[in-house]
Amino acid sequence: MLEVAVAAALFLGVVAYALFGGADFGSGLYDLTAGGTRRGAELRTLIEHSIGPVWEANHVWLIYVLVMWWTGFPASFASAMSTLTLPMLLALLGIVLRGAAFAFRKFAPTVGQARLYGAVFAGASLITPFFLGTVAGAVASGRVPATGRGDLWSSWLNPTSVLGGVIAVGACTFLAGVFLTADAHRAGHDALSASMRRRTIGVGIVTGGVVFAALVPIARDAPTLVDGLTGRAAPLIVLSGLSGTATLALLVNRRLGQARVAAVVAVAAVIAGWGVGQYPWMLVDEVTIADAAGAEATLAALLVVVGLAGVLVLPPLVYLFQLTQTEQWTKH
Amino acid sequence: MSVVLEFGSLDGAMLDLLRSVGTDDPAGLLPAREQMALSLGWHIVLASFGVAWPAMIAVAHWRGTYRDDEVALRLARRWAKVSAVLFAIGAVSGTVLSFEMGLLWPGLMGPFGDVLGLPFAFEGLSFFVEAIFLGLYLYGWGRIPPKRHLLMLVPMAVAGIVGTYCVVAVNAWMNMPVGFRIEGGEVVDVEPWAVLFNSGAVLQFAHMWVAAYMVAGFVVAAVYAVGMLRGRVDRHHRLGFALPFAFASVAAMVQPFIGHVLGLRIAETQPAKLAAFELAIETESPSPLRLGGVLVDGEVRYALDIPRLGSLIARNSFSEPVQGLETIAPADRPPVNITHLAFQSMVGIGTLLAALAVAYWFARWRGRDPLGSRWGLRAAVLAGPLAVVALEAGWIATEVGRQPWVVYGHLRTADAAGDNPQLWVLLAATTVVYGALTTGAVVVLRSMARRWRTGDEELPSPYGPETSIADGGRDRKAT
Ligand code: HDD
Ligand code: HEM
Ligand code: HEM
Repeated sequence: MLEVAVAAALFLGVVAYALFGGADFGSGLYDLTAGGTRRGAELRTLIEHSIGPVWEANHVWLIYVLVMWWTGFPASFASAMSTLTLPMLLALLGIVLRGAAFAFRKFAPTVGQARLYGAVFAGASLITPFFLGTVAGAVASGRVPATGRGDLWSSWLNPTSVLGGVIAVGACTFLAGVFLTADAHRAGHDALSASMRRRTIGVGIVTGGVVFAALVPIARDAPTLVDGLTGRAAPLIVLSGLSGTATLALLVNRRLGQARVAAVVAVAAVIAGWGVGQYPWMLVDEVTIADAAGAEATLAALLVVVGLAGVLVLPPLVYLFQLTQTEQWTKH
Repeated sequence: MSVVLEFGSLDGAMLDLLRSVGTDDPAGLLPAREQMALSLGWHIVLASFGVAWPAMIAVAHWRGTYRDDEVALRLARRWAKVSAVLFAIGAVSGTVLSFEMGLLWPGLMGPFGDVLGLPFAFEGLSFFVEAIFLGLYLYGWGRIPPKRHLLMLVPMAVAGIVGTYCVVAVNAWMNMPVGFRIEGGEVVDVEPWAVLFNSGAVLQFAHMWVAAYMVAGFVVAAVYAVGMLRGRVDRHHRLGFALPFAFASVAAMVQPFIGHVLGLRIAETQPAKLAAFELAIETESPSPLRLGGVLVDGEVRYALDIPRLGSLIARNSFSEPVQGLETIAPADRPPVNITHLAFQSMVGIGTLLAALAVAYWFARWRGRDPLGSRWGLRAAVLAGPLAVVALEAGWIATEVGRQPWVVYGHLRTADAAGDNPQLWVLLAATTVVYGALTTGAVVVLRSMARRWRTGDEELPSPYGPETSIADGGRDRKAT
């Protein structure tokens, strides 16, 4: 039971990272396609303004997930890292370049330098969700062995992984688009908000289409996962589909605040669906949560940490998010 | 650190050892070590700023707010902007380490992940707090009421302390492992709290924490000393120098004591490391203090021996010897020369910096201004890089001196590494990326300083001023 609680807490971190970190990464595509220096300035400034205060905090969810994983389920962490070395490293490269270039761009002295850092920031933002998506696909399709090392290439170059990567990029971009549309509107940039709204609807339709088209190859490639998704996790998947559609409808009707909530539900539900769908496996078809768990005492201690996090971390985190939504912070 | 690099200077026994064992090492070992050394050595410098700078910014900010000191407030504001850049690359380089623990050392994380994980979990907790309040502080200028804004630094500083304690606790545990047993090759009876509160952690933490204040303090002070050397002697530079230098001085004066006490326990816990520190090839009673020197073909060359002092310093005794390397099985000996030279560089620099701090405050007390002389300023400039060198040397001494063990006495580094020859490619790529990051940071920070000198306090967004969205983080113009 202890190990299931720890796994659930770990997975909560995955969901939080997908939502918050995902939205930060998702802004990369819009930044990249914002146009020339002058035309893109408004959107780029908005992006900097929106994610500046929060990206480091949002990034810590990833650290949380990694630490919970290696502490709670050490052997499976070691084998996943040895098997998925390449996508992990490429995701890491994206993280490093994104964070550094974002900080550099803010203080760049010339437009030329800002463009260089901006391009690195935006490009790197696309890499990370893609490769983390392939990692998820590899775990979910049973390509990571319980111990030792699986194949360095085919473990993540397979239908489920690649589609997982594409869907991750799409979902992050969609989420970011919804957030940025609302932010632009709140800051009084109506023209920008309108164009972001159009782009986001486009991204939503494409992502939805990819998810739909991906079902067939994934069903063939990852039967255990799909059994779970269509069985135990079916309500979550349906919820995700419905709220995704609702997000689009709300965007079309300019109900931007509500669209944000719906988008969050859509992404959270699909990630939670993946977790519920692959339960009780830690690494699908290879090792269950119960068998992968580390020492009892450590699991209990981890739950203490999770409890402390709820008390020490969540209130200031909420305060930070609230402040960034206030008039004071939006307008200045 | 690599075996290749130190080949020329190895003694015969080590050479034999390499010939016999080296070929059996997993392909991932050597590049993994280099990778770990590069990424940790890089991270630790930025981490030191993350640990120590918030306290200095807080003092400047406090003066500015409560004493209406415009100069101090401007310093705090500028430091906050610089720290935004440093903390960002500090955080990403820390993330690199988290991945690397698994990517490079599957043989450590697999069996021992649940043993050493709890401190890391607490570390994660404090990173969270640090990152949240960092966002609040950096973007809070002009947006949060001034007094509350200042308070945002308190959780940051506390989180820096807790975080440092936690990582260093893992390292102390690697030096003197507790909280588990090995039975039939399996790790059993795991006690994570015993690891978090292991007896070696407090001292090692204290030493690291104080080192962080030395690094951040001396480096920031050095920047202003350079300004004064170039003739910019004004209150801005004087305060910008004095404040971090005061922090660093206190740290420099206590550091030798902490270091000495830290060293005392090594005789019992890691005799091989102590022997390497002291270049003690044979047990001598009492042992001399051996200054400088390298081991060539099993003989100590170019060393200056001071009789008895070795026993006194390493053992707090006039007669007790430093156990020599001859008592240690050849397979269990660390690379002697690197360990010895790194250790002595750290101690030498530490002593020098403590003396510098004492001399500075003594002169001030005697009513003289050490910054009035160019040599005084030059010494202050030099203290910055020297503190960084001491920090790196200290870690190299600890880590290389623990070899061939990663978990002392239980797990050899060779068994912790994976079998992945491609890691060389990774090492090359990391070198390039870190080189680029360093260059980027230097370019950006220098341009910030240049623009500040020309009176451009706000550092407007490169995408301004056409945009009407005032961008975050920049101070609100008086509206
Ligand atoms: C500014 C940096 C700095 C300075 C001036 C000093 N040290 Fe240090 N030392 C470190 C920075 C450091 C470090 C990098 O932070 C280490 C590595 C591991 C650790 O916890 O601290 C360290 C480790 C370390 C160790 C090894 C601990 C172990 O392996 O268990 C000893 C024995 C000392 N130090 C002793 C000293 C002495 C006697 C100093 C006298 C001046 C001194 N250090 C100055
Ligand atoms: C408290 C944090 C630290 C932890 C948990 C840690 C952990 C490790 C691990 C697991 C290894 C690989 C195994 C080994 O070779 O022993 C290693 C090696 C190494 N680390 Fe650390 N380390 C820490 C701090 C540092 C820092 C700050 C430096 C900075 C210079 C450093 C320098 C090195 C070096 C040079 C090696 C290679 C040693 C060798 O193989 O000869 N370490 N460390
Ligand atoms: C003695 C050695 C170390 C010290 C004192 C230290 C301290 C710090 C500090 C103060 C930060 C915050 C960076 C900032 O905001 O500027 C940080 C970041 C980080 N460190 Fe280290 N660290 C050490 C070694 C390690 C090791 C060995 C690991 C992992 C294996 C690690 C993992 C991390 C991670 C993941 C972050 C990023 C957290 C974030 O996203 O904010 N650190 N470290």
